Parts: sequence; structure tokens; C-alpha cells
Amino acid sequence: MQFSENWLRSLVHTELDSQALSHALTMAGLEVEEIQPVAASFSKVVVARIISAEKHPDADRLQVCQVDVGLSAPLQIVCGAANARAGLIAPCALVGAELPGISIKQAKVRGIESFGMMCSSKELGITAEATGLLELDSDAIVGQDIREYLDLNDHLFTLKLTPNRSDCLSLTGIARDIVAITGAKANFEAIPTVMAEHAEAKQVIVNEPVACPRYCGRLITGINAQAATPAWMVKRLERSGLRSISVVVDITNYVLLALGQPMHAFDAAKLHGDINVRFAQEGESLGLLNDQTIELKSDDLLIADANGPLALAGVMGGQASAVSDATTDIFLESAFFTPAVIAGKARRLGFSTDSSYRFERGVDFGNTRNAIEYATALIKTLCGGQVGPVTEVMATLPARDSVTLRMSRLVSVLGISLEQQKVAQLLTQLGFAFDCADDVFTVTPPSYRFDITIEEDLIEEIARLHGYDHITAIPPVASLNMLAAPEQHLHLNQLRDGLVSAGYQEVVTYSFVDESWERDLLGNHSPIKLKNPIASNLSVMRTSLWGGLLDTLTYNLNRKQERAYLFEIGAVYHQQAGAYHETTRVSGLAYGSAKPEQWAVSNAEIDFFDVKANVDSLLGADSSSKQVTYEKAEHSALHPGQTARVLLNGKAVGWLGKLHPKWQQHYSFAKSTYLFELDADAVVNRVLPTYQEVSKLLPVRRDLAIVLDESIAVQTVLNAINEENIPLIADVALFDVYQGKGVPESKKSLALSVLMHDTQKTLTDSDADTAIENLLKLLQIKFDAALRN
Amino acid sequence: MADLTHLIAEAEADFINTASMNDLEIAKAKYLGKSGSLTDALKGLGKLSAEERPAAGAAINVVKQAIEAALTARRESILNAEQAKQLAQESIDVTLPARAQSQGGLHPVTLTLKRVEELFHSIGFDVATGPEIETDFYNFTALNIPEDHPARAMHDTFYIDEANVLRTHTSPVQARYMENALKNNQTPPFKIIAPGRVYRVDSDATHSPMFHQVEGLWVDENISFANLKGVVQDFLQKFFERDDLTVRFRPSFFPFTEPSAEMDMSWNGGWLEIGGCGMVHPEVFKHVNIDSEKYRGFAFGLGIERLTMLRYGVNDLRHFFNNDLRFLSQFK
Repeated sequence: MQFSENWLRSLVHTELDSQALSHALTMAGLEVEEIQPVAASFSKVVVARIISAEKHPDADRLQVCQVDVGLSAPLQIVCGAANARAGLIAPCALVGAELPGISIKQAKVRGIESFGMMCSSKELGITAEATGLLELDSDAIVGQDIREYLDLNDHLFTLKLTPNRSDCLSLTGIARDIVAITGAKANFEAIPTVMAEHAEAKQVIVNEPVACPRYCGRLITGINAQAATPAWMVKRLERSGLRSISVVVDITNYVLLALGQPMHAFDAAKLHGDINVRFAQEGESLGLLNDQTIELKSDDLLIADANGPLALAGVMGGQASAVSDATTDIFLESAFFTPAVIAGKARRLGFSTDSSYRFERGVDFGNTRNAIEYATALIKTLCGGQVGPVTEVMATLPARDSVTLRMSRLVSVLGISLEQQKVAQLLTQLGFAFDCADDVFTVTPPSYRFDITIEEDLIEEIARLHGYDHITAIPPVASLNMLAAPEQHLHLNQLRDGLVSAGYQEVVTYSFVDESWERDLLGNHSPIKLKNPIASNLSVMRTSLWGGLLDTLTYNLNRKQERAYLFEIGAVYHQQAGAYHETTRVSGLAYGSAKPEQWAVSNAEIDFFDVKANVDSLLGADSSSKQVTYEKAEHSALHPGQTARVLLNGKAVGWLGKLHPKWQQHYSFAKSTYLFELDADAVVNRVLPTYQEVSKLLPVRRDLAIVLDESIAVQTVLNAINEENIPLIADVALFDVYQGKGVPESKKSLALSVLMHDTQKTLTDSDADTAIENLLKLLQIKFDAALRN
Repeated sequence: MADLTHLIAEAEADFINTASMNDLEIAKAKYLGKSGSLTDALKGLGKLSAEERPAAGAAINVVKQAIEAALTARRESILNAEQAKQLAQESIDVTLPARAQSQGGLHPVTLTLKRVEELFHSIGFDVATGPEIETDFYNFTALNIPEDHPARAMHDTFYIDEANVLRTHTSPVQARYMENALKNNQTPPFKIIAPGRVYRVDSDATHSPMFHQVEGLWVDENISFANLKGVVQDFLQKFFERDDLTVRFRPSFFPFTEPSAEMDMSWNGGWLEIGGCGMVHPEVFKHVNIDSEKYRGFAFGLGIERLTMLRYGVNDLRHFFNNDLRFLSQFK
């Protein structure tokens, strides 16, 4: 809400200067977003009249003017403005004037003396652009200071009002709140009743008294719709951000700004029969003032006549019944529409109007009649005409139930001490009617306050007027209880720290992604779509973090990074049977050399097993109570020969693999890229360690090499050994894989270390031999594996 | 018997001339070896009379001890030299860079979230979470923002469908947490923070369509607005490690708190807006069946990116989601 400070000050006497007033408003909940002077700061500019304008002898575009500035003799001024002409009244900066960026001095312009400068509105900092001199009305008094004449010692206040304070959507409302905040005196002019000059009236039938509890209408005939809007009104409208349109529209807008009551004027000649306030019927349509024709819905409240819809009640008038220059008779409307009926209607059409904005928040239903009287008086004064009687239809207005305010509750909620008398004083300043018995106030809110229905509303009122600044910060007093500290559940930050130690940089990418990433990279053809994405490439919810990681890699490779280890921990989103599910994933990407380039280590590219180590580490694979395994699998984003599904205790918990070469090409990555993604829930679980007796007997280690078919996965071999539980064999580990000379074609040699252990006695050689034989037998049967000679 | 003392000087000279242990052994043999001069002399003792033998033996021993001492000295000296040589060979340029493992880093938003969690944890706040795809009910209705309430228009909501949105704030976690706690027969005090991602249809230099908030909620029998100010001020002073930092509350409006306030923080001589807060609105308590006559609570919401920018002097919100490694690597 924007308005002129001077207009506001005409309604309330306050000693506060602009800055102090702004601060007081802000600290009382009416946030002043901006204060802007209406013109730049300047001096010595007066109203001047050009007596004569002759062409400059040496310059085509300049004129030499004789200018009356109210002094005994005219001044000679050289002027380049195209509209400079004899008889024009315009501002003139005298010698010694200080304008934004210019000091006016006596000067020679192309050889001719010039004693000042004629000004445009731009040069005075009133507008950003201007063509030619600012043309003033012919009644301007030559010699008067222009600041005074144009009322330029004024500021534009812009308030950022919260939706609960509809009562402040008018100058009167703001002035009223200044009274409440500061105790200042209001200076509201009394609104006189304009007596009817004829008996002509429109019959008004309110079919929907709940939606429209109060409706006032009045016929005014024989007006001059082409009368000029007076400068003072144009100025106040403009300083409130409204353009002057025509005198009738200007008057309704002025009343809206002054009193907060949206008004509408119909061209009475275009109305047929009675006025109805009713809901629309399916199939009806209405051409609005903004040239939009809308199909009406059955919950759209209408002002209609015998021929059909005239206006969308509380939102916008219709084109067909609009006031024009040719209008002579108008039907003026001032009504109260129930907020819930108007709410959302304008938004549904994709716009908001000054009227709908106010009605959906609540307009003072105690002021409906005053507003029509005020508008009538202005029309009578400015456009003439004969005034008819007010037709008023009133049903049940919103109740203003009394609200209880207990002193005890007030002080305990706020945590301050406050005198009862002070509360009474603040309620008085607010203009609230109240009774007080013992420690309890019973308050009846006024018709303009829609936000006072419960005790907390009053507590807030008292708090804001008392001043939030006067509430001292006090640390709470509470009983102390320790918080749970589950040991079997890692905090995600512990995973983050692990990845950081392994060289990964955390990133945060958008939860919404390009639909093509989901479809092509992940094979997801039914992602969760946003109805109103911010951009077409951010239109669906991700089901994997890989898209964001790959995008981040691209961004950084474009900035000459050569190596990137990235991770993100965040949610992915799935839909299933109409329900949405979110799971947290831990995802990583590795690109470039295995180690940072350096003198002491060869610059090897990263490979699958480097990243696998990171995955193992995340999952706590070295814990004996966790079984982390990998199985060959396929994934649309990954290289078919280098893809593993990650299993934890036999359950799939994620993926690991190399980016498919076709994607590598698609992204123009020079090197291989490795990706992993794990369900965080699986990763964070740990088993509480339970102590096992440490054997006093030493283990025996035997190494052996076996030869078997190259297609057999090592994991399968190790799983088979684990499952068999061969007596004495405690652990079998792989320490070499070999193919080549000495190993037959399509075979591979696995070197295994076998750790044997007897908890009862020291192992003998023959015990160990037996165990190894059993192991070899198993491998022979299951995998046709032989001991390498 | 001939005088052997001259051998001492000879041996010493021979020993000095040796450069290695091997040479020294050879030189030693000349005196102390099987056919060395002293060995010969000792062998010759047998030929002497019993009277002469002790004196001659003693004389030989003196010489022998002297030569052995010279030998030991030389041995030590050669060893020292050899060790010194080896040490010299093994010396390295200690200024060469370390064999580097790359070290990653946390995203600055995570750094802030960690600090926020730690600080609130230290006064007994638990962390609660809620879904990011939130129902219209929890995001709005349960927070006293009914359909068509003008406050909804302030939220610039991303819609999934009629009934589901991307949460526009972390406040729905308040309602979910309290509802759940009561279902599990827990009663106040409730002290939680709810950090997480939130979404608004807004994107420019100072707005990101996705950002992070942390919601705080404390419900108990005697919680006051003054306490809210106390907790927020304490948090900000600890977070920024500045005791002189003060908090200013400005009246505002949120449908789910009353009284409501915007929180401003003193910063470089001015005031910076850092979030919204207020006393939990009775309607919110009503939705989750908490008796607002018995219990009161405060709630606040802080912008994590805002805190991060102030803490580390980051001047552009967009840095956080561009993920430029040159930016991210500064936060180690």
C-alpha cells in the first residue's frame, strides 16, 4: 500500500518526523518498506511564464526566451526544449539554484547570456523520463516556489501490510492506527449526508444476504462525466500509485483510498430493471473492464440486472455498464461482501484488484453508507448532477462477539509485567469498546477489525502497542533431561565426515530435475510432476541424486576442473498407488585421477574398485556382523560390464558402477565416471558390538592358488566357502587374481589366504592339511577348481 | 726381548690409513692376527725364563691393550663415518609436498545446519523431520491457513496435485511432531528443531526455488514470548560467537503463531531480518488436541542460507546451488 505522507498527516496530528513516523509504524506491525521523496532535493525553482521565445541566432534548436519569474524585470533564458513557447507556464531554476547534479549559474549559451534554466519534470527528479518542459496549469502563480506549488515536500510511504490488517488498507485506517500507536489526535473530517434532490431510485434485490449483508446504491443524474479531475485529487491518486482515468472513476478510487471502501459506478443508462445481487448460473459469462470475458462459475457473486451479469461483485465491473464520457446518469454502489465469498475469485482469474484485495481481507461494514455519502458529495461538487435517495439493503452483518482478555494470561504469555491501567489506556487508544471487571477485560472489537476474535488477538494488540522492544529477553527455566543417543544408528553427519575423509566434496542440488534425466538416465517414465515448475528443466521430482551430480560435474569441468569427487545426501521421491514416498539417499560421483596429481604417486585414473572401497567403508563392511556383497546387475545409466547391485545382509540397498559410455559421450566427459547410490537407512544402521573371547591360540595361515573358469565371480566363490562353514577355517581372503602365462586360456588363478583356527588346541599340520583338503574338495565340486601346480 | 712399544705408533698409523672396516680388519691382522707381530711376541714368551716371563708378558700386554684401544677407536670412527655417509645418502628434501590424499569438504549449508543442531542440542532440543512433499492439510490447514486465506498467496507454492504441495516452510513438522508425540502418549514439554529443504516458486538473485529452513518449537506450561526472545538471542549470539548481538522483534503476522514477530538481528550498525516467530496459535494446538489453556509454546523459523551468508560473508545466494568447487572448497 502506497500513499502520500502529507495526505496522511492531514488526517492525524503527530509530532513525529518522517523517519520517526516510519519507525513507529514498522515497530507496530505496519512495516514501512520504503520512503521515497516525491521529488529530488532542490532549491530556487519557481513558477515562471515565458513571455516571448525567439530563435537563437546561432543555434537551430535553441530559443532565447524572456521569462517572467515574478521579479520586477523578466529574465533572459536560453532554452532547448521543443515545447518552450510564449505563454507557457513552467518551472524555472534561478541562478544559484541547486538541482540534482547541476548548479545553475549565469552563463553564455552560444554567445547569448542566459540567467537560469527552464525545467522538465526529470530535471526536478519528479519523474525518471520527460519530454520537454513540465507544463503547469494556467492558474499557477508566477514566482511561487515550485515545491510549494506542486506540494513536493512530501514522501511516498510504501507499507507492506500483513493480511490480517485489512483495516489499514486506507488512509483513514492508517491514521487510526497512528492514533492507537502514539496516542495522537485524529483529524477526520465529518462526512455530511447529501440530501436527495429527486426520488428516482433503483430497486435493489439482494438474493444472497449472507454473501452481501449490506448494499447501498444511489442514482445521480445529469452529471458531467467529462469534468476535469482537480489537481489535488490527481496528485493524491498518483502518489498512491493510481493513474487518473476519468472524474467518476477517480472519485471512486479516491474514496477507496481514503476510507478503504471499494466503490463502483455503473452507467445508469445501461442498466435494465432491478439490481440483483446473486450467484452466477452455469453458462453465464461477463465481459470485464479489463477486456477479459469470463465464463462464470456458480460460486461467483454477481451484481446483475434484468438482462444478466453487470459486475463480478467485489472484484471488477463489467465493460457493458461502464461509465464513459457520454455518461450522464450513474448508479453508485457501496457494499459489503463477505470475505469468504470474494476470497480466491480474483486469483482464480489470474489477477488481483484493489477491490478484491480489500474485500477478501475484510472491509468495514460500518462505513458502507458513509462511503456512498462521501462519494456523492465529491461527485456533486466536481461533476454536478442531481442526487437521488440511497437505497440500502441490510441483512445480518458479521457479529463482533466480545472477546475476553485476562490480565493473568496477558502477562504470562508475554512474560512481562504490565499495569491494568496501561492496558485500558491502550484499548482506549485502539478505539475498542470494553468493560473491565476484576482482572478481566471484555472487549468488543469495532466493525473495521476482522482480526480480533480470540484472547491471543488482544494479547498481540497490547503487545504491539506496548512495544515488542519493551519485552526483555529471558532464558526459559525448564527441567533437564538428557536426550537419547542411539549408538546403533549413525547420524548422517557421520556419513558425511566419512566421505569427506575419503576425498568427496558435498554438494546440494535441486530436488526437482529435468524430466529427461529421469526418463533417459534412470528409465523412470512416471516421475512425480510439478503442476507449476519454475522452469521446464526443473519439472519433476528426482528419484536419484545422480542427475544433479552429473550436472554438477559438467558445471565444474566447464570451469577447468580436472578431478571431481562429489557426494550428496538428500531425499528422492517416488509415487506408488497414489501415495508419495521419500527416502534419503547417499550418492557419490568420482571422476579423474585416483589421487590428486602429485610428484610421489603415479597419475592413475580412478577405477571401479577405488569407488567400491568407498562404498564398503560407508556400509561398514569390515564389521563381522554385516555382510556386504555385490552382484553383477544392469542399470540404464551404467556400463553393462561394470555395474553392481549392492547388497547388505542379502538385501539390495544400492548401486555402484561406471557411467555408461553412451552417457559419457552425451555429457562430453573426457574420462570415465563412477557413480554410487545407497539407501541412507541401510547405511546408518550399525550393530552394537558384543565381546567375543579372544583366543589364546595362534591361527595358522596357508596360502593357496586355485585355477577356475574366468566367468565365475569371486563373490560366488567366497560366499560358497562362507556358507559351507568348513571346520577350523576361520577366514578366507583373496590376495591375487592372475590370468596369463601358466594359466590356461579362459581360466583365472585366484590366490587365497586361508586362516585356520582351533579354539580348543594348537593346530597340527595334519589338522590344517585336512581343512585345506576339505576346502579344495568344495571348490572342486562347486566350481571345478583345481589347485594351481 | 726386543722393545715392542714402537708397534703402537705403527699400528695407529696403519689403522688411521684404513678407510673401511675391511681394511681395518686386514691391518688388525698384521698385529693381532694369527701371525701378527704381537701374536708372535706372545708365542715367543715360551722361550723366556720364568723370571723374565712376567715382565715381558706385561710389556706385551701394555702394547696389546694400546693397539686394541687404537683399533676400537678406529672402528668407532669408521662406523661413525659409514653411518654418517648412509644418513647423508638417506637425506631427503623435507619441503617436498606430502603424498596427498585428497580431502573433501562439507557444503556450507551443512556446516550451518550442524552448528544449529549442535547449539540447540546443547539445551535439549531434539531433531524432528517431516516430508518435503507435504499435504495441503499439514502445510496450510493444520497451521490455521484455511483454503483461500490471503496468507496462502504469500507462499508461492509448488503444487504436485490438488492435495499435495512441496512444503513451503518447515512449520508442518510442528503439527506432525505434536500429533505423533500425543499418539505415542508423550506429553509436553516438547522441544524440537526441524531443519530441512523448503520450496517456493521464486527465483532471482535473492530467492532460490529451493532453500533450507530450521523450525524451532518449545511447548511447555510456562513458556512465554520473553522466553522466545531469550532463546533466539542466545542462539544468535552463540552461532555468530558475538555477545554483543541483540535481537529485535517486530510485530508481524503468521496464521500459526500469535503474537507473531519478525526477528531482526543487530548487524554492522543496522538491523537484518532473519526469520519469523511467535507463540503457537491456539488453533494449531486445537488441531493436534493440546489444551492451550494448560500449555503454551513458541515457534520460530530461520533461513539457513541467510545465516550461512552472514556467517561466512557469502554475497550471492546462487553460489549455494551452483556447486562450483572453487566456491565449495573454501569451507574446509
